[in-house]
Amino acid sequence: MLSRVANNLCWLGRYLERAENTARLINVNSNLLLDLPKSIVLGWEPIIDIVSDRTTFYAHYDMADEHSVLNFLLVGPNNPSSIVSSLEFARENARTIREIIPREVWEQINELYIYGDENHQKALFRRSRYDFLTEVIESVQKITGILAGTMTHDEGYNFLKIGRNLERADMTTRIIDVRSATLLPETETEQSAFENLQWMSVLKSLTAYQMYRREVRLRIRRPDVLKFLLLEERFPRSLLHTLQEVKGCVQNLPNFAAVSHELEVVEKMLMAANPQTLIQDKLHHFIDDVQLGISQVFIKLEETYF
Amino acid sequence: MPINWNKYDTGPFHDELVKRPGEPRTYATDLCDFIQDLSDAELQEYKAAADSAIKVMGITFRVYNDEEGSIDRAWPFDIVPRLIELKEWQQIEKGLKQRVKALNMFIDDLYNEQKIIQDGIFPKDLLTHSKNFLPQCKGFSPPLGIWAHICGSDLVRDQNGTVYVLEDNLRVPSGVSYMLENRQVMKRVFPEMFRQYDILPVDNYPSDLYDMLAALSPRDIPEPEIVVLTPGTYNSAYFEHAYLAQQMGAELVVGDDLVVDEDNCVYMRTINGLSQVDVIYRRIDDAFIDPEVFNTESTLGVPGLMRAWKAGKVALANAPGSGVADDKVVYSYVPQIIEYYLDEEPLLSNVPTYRCVNPDEKAYVLANIEKMVVKPANESGGYGMLIGPHATPKEHDEFRKLIEDDPRNYVAQPMLLLSTAPTMVGNEVEGRHLDLRPFILSSKDVCVTMGGLTRVALVKGSTVVNSSQGGGSKDTWIVDMEGS
Repeated sequence: MLSRVANNLCWLGRYLERAENTARLINVNSNLLLDLPKSIVLGWEPIIDIVSDRTTFYAHYDMADEHSVLNFLLVGPNNPSSIVSSLEFARENARTIREIIPREVWEQINELYIYGDENHQKALFRRSRYDFLTEVIESVQKITGILAGTMTHDEGYNFLKIGRNLERADMTTRIIDVRSATLLPETETEQSAFENLQWMSVLKSLTAYQMYRREVRLRIRRPDVLKFLLLEERFPRSLLHTLQEVKGCVQNLPNFAAVSHELEVVEKMLMAANPQTLIQDKLHHFIDDVQLGISQVFIKLEETYF
Repeated sequence: MPINWNKYDTGPFHDELVKRPGEPRTYATDLCDFIQDLSDAELQEYKAAADSAIKVMGITFRVYNDEEGSIDRAWPFDIVPRLIELKEWQQIEKGLKQRVKALNMFIDDLYNEQKIIQDGIFPKDLLTHSKNFLPQCKGFSPPLGIWAHICGSDLVRDQNGTVYVLEDNLRVPSGVSYMLENRQVMKRVFPEMFRQYDILPVDNYPSDLYDMLAALSPRDIPEPEIVVLTPGTYNSAYFEHAYLAQQMGAELVVGDDLVVDEDNCVYMRTINGLSQVDVIYRRIDDAFIDPEVFNTESTLGVPGLMRAWKAGKVALANAPGSGVADDKVVYSYVPQIIEYYLDEEPLLSNVPTYRCVNPDEKAYVLANIEKMVVKPANESGGYGMLIGPHATPKEHDEFRKLIEDDPRNYVAQPMLLLSTAPTMVGNEVEGRHLDLRPFILSSKDVCVTMGGLTRVALVKGSTVVNSSQGGGSKDTWIVDMEGS
């Protein structure tokens, strides 16, 4: 497999995952805002922190009202992580490797990009937002499904999966970091009903709510949520699971030792963590370390294969 | 209002489907009846189905213009197919094979003994001034003596129904993927017609191409490494490069993916390290393939590629330098070239061509420019042409000057009345001019596509069929009427 193609496949996986994740994030935040009382000012700024940064945002918008933030997340100028940009990059990547991926997948990606480009205005309005976002999420899921069902699970497929899981790992850490730091003022003792709601939204952003409930029957508590999102190896969006997926893929590739080593470093870090004590700054620093570890994995991947 | 063939005006032209108003040609009767029976709504439905198939399949080409830069456009497609009877096609096919065989012998001769020049058939002077003759290829002969492995010849029909070869594209002819995709679209849109007619399939092309390329491999191994070398996604034919690579199961590479090592072998960079390449189907022009030898600024090519090719370590299709025969002045000599090398009468006609390099022919062209089509010798894609009857006096003068300044670079042909075929315009059909580009593959065997790419000028009265200039295309059906 050509190095350039491997690189493109990896990024194709990333961009598709990114579009899906951003769509989920918007959906969940829209719902959360409807549930919170007016006294809790939560707004959309944290979402900017998750997918990008405020400097980039405020360079183009005066205020972080719903309309501006959504515009930024959907098509925003200078926001390479917007849904439409992600879909566009995914399509460009797919175009340069059209001959590698199944034709049906190319057609789906192309169609999804056209859909996103032509219909993103729908998401600006609460009424039609859900439909648009669901369409994006479901289309990406469909693409993932067709890939799994029709593409030879060869090296190329492994690169796609690596890209998807690294992006997922990255998103999971960002959501935990931002949500817990800026969105959830920690009251040591009692948990308000709304805090509960907010942790629920963290789970929902990662489609983890239902699975969490099946696993942990007690009421929603920060340490349990963290433990689930970081360490539940059977849940496909937990950090540990995504890293193990990457490791499984890498082991199907030639010369995997260096990448595998970096993965083990992060894994050990996760295993050693105690969710009970990960509060505020400590959690923030921990997530920082994990993110550095993940970027080390990516660097080694680039050095070895691209 | 459903389509009424009585109202279809063929004008002074030969129409491919309709003999005269209300009277379809025998082989087109079923098709015309079918179309006639469709309501407006059904017609629009078919058209929409084709458009959406094209959009979803991502069949695009890139065009450049000053305002928008390079943009990706959906492929303009007309749902009314163009039909040719099998027995006529078989004659054309023979003519094409004959022509390409002779052209390959001609190229090989030019780079080696130049017998055709010594025998006084082809003027030496023309070669000296040919932009596409590569001195670097002198004294070299690629395997089997074949240079132009893939040739796309443009055919037209005049008002009497005679088929002419308009030009031969021997450098990097494009369009074959659209021929294949058009058929896919038609199968999705008009499945009924495929049951009614015996339409010969076209989808063998990718495997024929693969076999042809594999036969060129310098290494005698069961699965030689074949790659398609593309300039990248910004090239107007990128869609096709990716498409062909995909259909053949070959790697699609850009220049940076390849490297020529000290052993003169070509390798591609893979996740396993370097891996040897045997055959390169290159879709990059000669001037850019090797910055060591040609354009030193080129970032599209591969340094050392010519070295590897001349050392016989890698096959290039088409061979560098094939373009010497892809020249509109050389074109005018093709009938003599066929007679000289094959000792046969040409089976396909050439359009009468005036060579401005000859003073009396130049004088004739200058005097009659408003009636003629003037073409530069080495341009493709319909650029730099003058269509006399459609041009202004100012443009006539500009071309007179261009010809005076560089007569070798211009040829002129009488304006042919190109044939037409019914083409959808709103809910009506009107005649639009078209041509046909079949593709001819040569290595151990010579084979021709079943039909080819029909290109149609969508603008009323226009004869410019290039997609870069407002042309579209139609599916081409070679129909076997003997069986039915």
